[in-house]
Amino acid sequence: MENLERVIAEHPFFAGLDGGFTNLMVSCASNIRFKAGSYILREGDAANTFYLIREGKVAVEILAPQHKPIIVATLSVGEILGWSWLLPPFQWKFHARAVDDVRAIALDGKCLRTKCEENHDLGYEILKRFAQIVEQRLDATRLQLLDVYAVRR
Amino acid sequence: MATAVTTDPMLPRPYSVREVSKETPDTFTLRLEPESTANSTAFQPGQFSMLWVFGVGELPISISGDPALHDRLVYTVRSVGQATHSLVNQRVGSGLGVRGPFGAGWPAEAAKGRDVIIVAGGIGLAPLRPLIYHVLQNRKDYGRLVILYGGRSPRDLLYRKELTKWARNHETQVLVTVDYGGLAWRGHVGVVTTLFKYCRLQPGRSIAMVCGPEIMMRFVTRELETQGLSRDDIYLSMERNMKCAVGFCGHCQYGPHFICKDGPIFRYEQVRKLLEKYEL
Repeated sequence: MENLERVIAEHPFFAGLDGGFTNLMVSCASNIRFKAGSYILREGDAANTFYLIREGKVAVEILAPQHKPIIVATLSVGEILGWSWLLPPFQWKFHARAVDDVRAIALDGKCLRTKCEENHDLGYEILKRFAQIVEQRLDATRLQLLDVYAVRR
Repeated sequence: MATAVTTDPMLPRPYSVREVSKETPDTFTLRLEPESTANSTAFQPGQFSMLWVFGVGELPISISGDPALHDRLVYTVRSVGQATHSLVNQRVGSGLGVRGPFGAGWPAEAAKGRDVIIVAGGIGLAPLRPLIYHVLQNRKDYGRLVILYGGRSPRDLLYRKELTKWARNHETQVLVTVDYGGLAWRGHVGVVTTLFKYCRLQPGRSIAMVCGPEIMMRFVTRELETQGLSRDDIYLSMERNMKCAVGFCGHCQYGPHFICKDGPIFRYEQVRKLLEKYEL
């Protein structure tokens, strides 16, 4: 447990988080590994976990009819995977596949949601950090949608 | 790196195409050699030439070769229209007219002693490649070299072998990403700005050089400022329709600047407000 607390505290997503909050989250956390090529989450499944990536790379994929899966983003060491656990209907919107062997901390979303309801200061901290990630990924998605390297005739 | 146009800048000098190599499905690199040894090939990284395709027209193309090699000029060209299509379809041995080099290059002198951050998008890596060669050949003069390169898809990436080779150099970090990746691609997927989180920049001692589509450069400059870089330490390569290349004709006027003469490399602060104007 003490080790998990340290790993959570040292992960960039939780940088600067009050030690008391880290302590609260440890009971929702567990170490997890995924083999290269395995799916970590699948679109439509219940979203009850998020992951702090410690090692390896994860591909976020969209399945399009009559196409091979399209990788829209990759996530790597120091990043987080998954925010659908935070908001209803608590369902994954994408697939996520381990590109390499992945080592992560899994945080139980149901457990964390309960703790956030009980402790709104923790909830606000968590929401602020996720809002920043959402903002960064929205910004990147806008630039990606512009398809800036395409030939304009 | 001495450079000057020593002859009439409006007079094309004869060069021969010595090699044409395919970089991507629509992008090719041409190696030209002067037909007379009196023709200088000296240039500064970031400068461009006017290439005359006989019977077709003249095109401004950035020099993408090694500034230390004085027997050649190298250009990487994307075939996007009639003139560039004709240029990339030149056969070995055919002749081209070359004017230049023209314009202000990357601030290689000002970058000495500092970390050099190269951010390139698409074919924007081509005008930066001479600077990368220069920094790698004069490694002791510079701090860390960070190359962040984004392309549309894996098949659109330029100089893939060189990117791998550059990454093996001391104090050099090369990160490559694509906007769209297929299952065979094991590298990073995401726009070039998403790479910044993988390299810890030291803003006070870094200088950034950026080249790519203007909208990409706007996102990159914003990210560089977020990372703590001063606007005075960010340089961009601008592009407009250049004709005379010496500031006479006004085709490439950009606000108070002529891209051909005052640029194509500008300090970000010089063009920041212009980048925010519609349709300029």
